[in-house]
Amino acid sequence: MSTEQVSHQGEMEQFSYDDKVVKKYILASLFWGFAALLAGVTIAFQLSSWKFNFGLEWLTFGRLRPLHTNAAIFAFVGNAIFAGVFYSLQRLAKARLFNSFMANFQFWLWQLIIAGGGLSLLLGYSHGKEYAELEWPFDIAIAIAWVLFGVNILGTLWKRREKHIYVAIWFYISTFVTVAVLHIVNSIEIPVSLMKSYPVYAGVQDALVQWWYGHNAVAFFLTTPFLGLMYYFVPKAANRPVYSYRLSIIHFWSLIFLYIWAGPHHLLYSTLPEWAQTVGMVFSVALWAPSWGGMINGLLTLRGAWDKVRRDPVLKFLATAVTFYGMATFEGPLMSIKSVNHLAHFTDWVVGHVHSGTIGWNYMMVAGIFYFMIPRIWNTTLYSVKLANLQFWTATIGLLMYMMSMWTAGITQGLMWRALDDGGRLVYPQFIETVVKIIPMYWVRAFGGVLILIGFMFMLYNIFKTIQQAKKEEEPVYQAPALSSAKPEAHAGTHRKLEGMPMVFTILALLAILVGSLIELVPTLTSHKYLAQKTFMKPYSPLELVGRDVYIKEGCYVCHSQLVRPSPDEYIRYGTVSLAEEHVYDRPFQWGSRRIGPDLARVGGKYNHMWHYKHMIDPRAVTPGSIMPVYDWLETKKYDHKTLRKKMKVMASLGVPYSEDEIDNAIENAKAQAMGIANELSESGVSKDIADKEMVALIAYLQKLGADVKQAIKDGKVIDKAGGAE
Amino acid sequence: MSIIYILAPIALFLGLFGVAAFLWAVNKGQFDDLETPANRMLIEDEPINKKNNKGKEL
Repeated sequence: MSTEQVSHQGEMEQFSYDDKVVKKYILASLFWGFAALLAGVTIAFQLSSWKFNFGLEWLTFGRLRPLHTNAAIFAFVGNAIFAGVFYSLQRLAKARLFNSFMANFQFWLWQLIIAGGGLSLLLGYSHGKEYAELEWPFDIAIAIAWVLFGVNILGTLWKRREKHIYVAIWFYISTFVTVAVLHIVNSIEIPVSLMKSYPVYAGVQDALVQWWYGHNAVAFFLTTPFLGLMYYFVPKAANRPVYSYRLSIIHFWSLIFLYIWAGPHHLLYSTLPEWAQTVGMVFSVALWAPSWGGMINGLLTLRGAWDKVRRDPVLKFLATAVTFYGMATFEGPLMSIKSVNHLAHFTDWVVGHVHSGTIGWNYMMVAGIFYFMIPRIWNTTLYSVKLANLQFWTATIGLLMYMMSMWTAGITQGLMWRALDDGGRLVYPQFIETVVKIIPMYWVRAFGGVLILIGFMFMLYNIFKTIQQAKKEEEPVYQAPALSSAKPEAHAGTHRKLEGMPMVFTILALLAILVGSLIELVPTLTSHKYLAQKTFMKPYSPLELVGRDVYIKEGCYVCHSQLVRPSPDEYIRYGTVSLAEEHVYDRPFQWGSRRIGPDLARVGGKYNHMWHYKHMIDPRAVTPGSIMPVYDWLETKKYDHKTLRKKMKVMASLGVPYSEDEIDNAIENAKAQAMGIANELSESGVSKDIADKEMVALIAYLQKLGADVKQAIKDGKVIDKAGGAE
Repeated sequence: MSIIYILAPIALFLGLFGVAAFLWAVNKGQFDDLETPANRMLIEDEPINKKNNKGKEL
């Protein structure tokens, strides 16, 4: 159908855009963005000096770091996605938002999830899986809000008056579909109580699902929606068509087909089968092509308009964002190459990399998009171009300080870990030496973060003043020919009916999602294949299970890995290389992604109970120079024994061989084991009665780590070796 | 690694979904014209209930 026919046959329809809900999302994004950056700056200082943990359990690094990442990704960037998508989608479709009530409901639900979720993270309710820390009630709420978002995208498309679906919208659709699937699959868990659940996957399986989700959260939450926004806002701001529309189509289809396979690059040198690691690496390297194709397409859109980039803060932010996107997507595939990854993994290089993405790409995009949208929908002009420029420079310089300090810290520490002398001994046998070495870089990073935060405050003030001077005006009404009247399609009747029944349509879409997730759920829940039938591993004792949950609650995985990679330095430093089998009872897996402290996979039996006790009360008493927070509340807080039986029942239902007797006697069993540890501690001079406190449970868990593997080596069931996973 | 029996079908399903979406788009003529959409998206809507409402330049 040509546009000519439309004008001949189409009846003109009048419509307006729902910008009220866009405004709400913008303001929410700014509010949470400030909170996310403030949390980020706080945890940056916590690594520079442990005193910034303030001795408060709610504000320790282990709990604040998940708050920071979740707030940055889902609150700041998430709300910005909703604002940008709803703004551009309506205009590209020449149609009002499908359902404003749904968009507003989604808005309040999303803010409720953020506020409640943030609070729950501070209180220590956590899944212990990165970027998916929120507990199961929030997981359900997220799924509902996300489906509402998708229904609004698709519904608006049904109503569209522009036949062609512009490339940006394709990116939005893929964002909706993929994030829905990833979130649901990674969140399949069995509740123990209102705020505690265990994932159905264990060990290696859980790790693969988690990083399949985790990497695609980067791909489909931080990348594809923003590429869509780039394809709308860069041409609009430059008032030039995209450099190559053909290339943008190729960019879209190739990117989405490649991205979904890249997850295993987070698990290189782990106990994941080697072929899966190689697949992840190959697809990650292949991503170079579409990523750079898109980046070049965005930048070349500005050909002949570079003078505008100098003058217009919108284009300044957008052009810089696309440049950082190019840098981050060059660095990512590089770090996915196995040999490079061995150096980069577990170091601050990864931290620097994600910030060049989230600050350089996402934050700069958000700033540009907001400066574009706000004057238009509030019907005014930007309060101060100067202030926006000042924000731009503080943010850019802050980010460069951040990235460079983290590159330096990461590569320095990575090289120190692996350094062996001529005799094959570790040059830096004490882990703490490699930490103390990079603390100056932590200070540089923290001040870089402060600059980014100050820049953000300039934006808040600028936008506040801009909105203040807004002129009230009636909602603009537009007109365009109706699409359906131009050329009735064979099944247009059904579409039209569906449009008239938004609720029916919503329920149908919800059903489709639920059926889909059920199909995934059933085989997983009914399959016992996940458990090795014969294993040298003993299930966690009741007390160790409780201790493991304390470990998760305090976010220990944020700083400590539990994975010994197959290389000589790791073998010498930690012990036997990790085996797939030793994680069969780990729900969730706790391999971690960063070694701010040493790996703990082989810590069991390495120190006595008293060492661990002293280490929790005052880390610097046993490790001078340590940057670990003080955990003195562990000796005053009672461990949770009420849900213990329920926890073991859930584990048993997932295939952990707990007998009914063991479950019935769980509490007595835990008490007996706790008493043993407490007695040994009191013999060493601990005067307090801590037999029912979280401290003993955590010590029990730590002493279990690697203990079964060491025993299996003694019994000759496992060969102690440095190289090769199995 | 039995999780692969679940993840691979999901990934393949998403891939097939993508192929189906692509074929749908091609058959609907979405990609017949790859020149004008890039230009047409630049045309600002003119409100009919207001006069002199031009796109605001910064």
